[in-house]
Amino acid sequence: MRAKKSPASKSKQSLSRRHFLLGATSLLGVTASQVLLPVIPASSQPASQDPMRVPGGPASVYGRRSVHEQAQRLPSATRSLTPLQDLHGIITPSALHFERHHNGVPLIDPAQHRLLIHGLVERPMLFQVDELKLFPAVSRLGFIECSGNTGKEWKRAHGKTAQETHGLTSTSEWTGVMLKTLLEQTGVKPEGLWLLAEGSDAAAMTRSFPVEAIIDEAVICYAQNGEPLRPEQGYPLRLLLPGWEGNTNIKWVRRLKLIPGPAMTREETAKYTDLMPDGVAQQFTFVMEAKSVITHPSGNQRIPKPGFVEIRGLAWSGRGAITAVEVSVDGGHTWRTAELQGPVLPKCHTRFRLAWQWDGKEAILQSRCIDDTGYRQPTLQELVKVRGTNSYYHNHAIQSWKVLENGHVENVYIR
Amino acid sequence: MKIGRIIGFAITGLCFGVLVQGEPIEFEIGQTATQEDIQGWNIDVTPNGDGLPNGQGSVDEGAKVYAAKCAGCHGPTGVEGPYNRLVGGQGSLGTDRPHKTVGSYWPYATTLFDYIFRAMPLTAPQSLSANKVYALVAWILYRNDIIDENMVLDRFTLPTIHMPNRHGFQISPHMGISLPTSP
Repeated sequence: MRAKKSPASKSKQSLSRRHFLLGATSLLGVTASQVLLPVIPASSQPASQDPMRVPGGPASVYGRRSVHEQAQRLPSATRSLTPLQDLHGIITPSALHFERHHNGVPLIDPAQHRLLIHGLVERPMLFQVDELKLFPAVSRLGFIECSGNTGKEWKRAHGKTAQETHGLTSTSEWTGVMLKTLLEQTGVKPEGLWLLAEGSDAAAMTRSFPVEAIIDEAVICYAQNGEPLRPEQGYPLRLLLPGWEGNTNIKWVRRLKLIPGPAMTREETAKYTDLMPDGVAQQFTFVMEAKSVITHPSGNQRIPKPGFVEIRGLAWSGRGAITAVEVSVDGGHTWRTAELQGPVLPKCHTRFRLAWQWDGKEAILQSRCIDDTGYRQPTLQELVKVRGTNSYYHNHAIQSWKVLENGHVENVYIR
Repeated sequence: MKIGRIIGFAITGLCFGVLVQGEPIEFEIGQTATQEDIQGWNIDVTPNGDGLPNGQGSVDEGAKVYAAKCAGCHGPTGVEGPYNRLVGGQGSLGTDRPHKTVGSYWPYATTLFDYIFRAMPLTAPQSLSANKVYALVAWILYRNDIIDENMVLDRFTLPTIHMPNRHGFQISPHMGISLPTSP
């Protein structure tokens, strides 16, 4: 294509000149109704920093966000939390996907990595990472939530922000090969009813689960949001069990072993089990139940002044799609139906929104969701009545945010 | 419902019948794994003792290994921490302050071998010999009053140990799953 360089740059120049002049006159008292073109005020920046007066930066090989944006994960030794309150839509940027690892993030050379499938199979097989990419590929959007998410909120309001209370959930597009496809290659003996999955990290993380329960949805993933998995998310391979507690989605997966029954690993006995009030623990609570949280306005944010506020949040269910989200601004006495932003996908974060006129008075904001099994997210009172307060995992109760008269929002414990 | 009881057979066989009979595409991707390929990776140990290696360990030997490799994180007697408490807590699970330790919570002694062998110590996982792991397991069980001080653990004796909280678990009632075999 031939570039008509000179007229274009001339008109650009004259435009910016006109804007400059209009900006200057508006400062002298010209009202908005008199000005039909957008007003760009005279920049207070020196011309050398005015983005309209100096050429921009070059194209780059791998993009970065604006230097003005600073949303970040909140890390500790074994995990980091997604800044839900700073994000939009339903996709979590890969760099902000929460982390949970059991002995660090391993550095793995994909050329050295193998996936072994053995045990009660007809033919044990080894696959290289590149070989797995040759199989028919599948992609799906799905949330992964750590079962410890919101685990510190059982007994009191602990986290200050939505990131601290709910930041162990994220959504990505995951791409890989169906586990079913691989098991068709190895064959499975009739007594191979459970599957042990093992990571090649320094915890050699292991979980086991019934094959039948996951066979239609399990994916051996090599990509996340269009590019290879991030190291924190299991590079070069991870298991995806849509809707199931995060730790079963074994990262850095190296081995799948067909076994006759549960392996009773440390993670499924001593750790990810739910202690009930009578001292008996529930085991194999795989599914993450329907849950939602308001992310705006949420803890530690401030509503600048009374008037219009768009209440925004996320809802998800490990059992299927979200069918409705209701929002209360009076601590659960009355509820209004929020608008769901499409696409509404099963086992995936779903964005909801509701217009609200804040009158400047104290308010308690809550959201509750319903999934396509008809299940409604419970209040904390309802959940504690059944589960007590010592189970730590699988807290999917309604979250409450209190709006103070000065507009400040804080986490509040309501039971 | 108790784990370990035979409480029903899953219908998974049906599922794989379809898989196998549905004439899957021959992709000819990947290679057959040999026993040698599998051997080095096949480190899991099941409650009936499958996967336990040869070797043995005593409580006395375990005390030495524990002091050298474990006490820094779990405390001199397995109680003090700073990290996971291993000893005590029996009878506390139904109280307001439950202590989930090996003695009070873990349902299978074999899991202790599996976990230590694969993941401990945190700074040097998979560095302990089978003998040292057997010894550590013996010491931790002894400290929890589960075995006596003269017991030697190996691949035959370890699966026979009955843990105090062996029946302290139930399958989550919301999952609709049942255990196919007695582990």
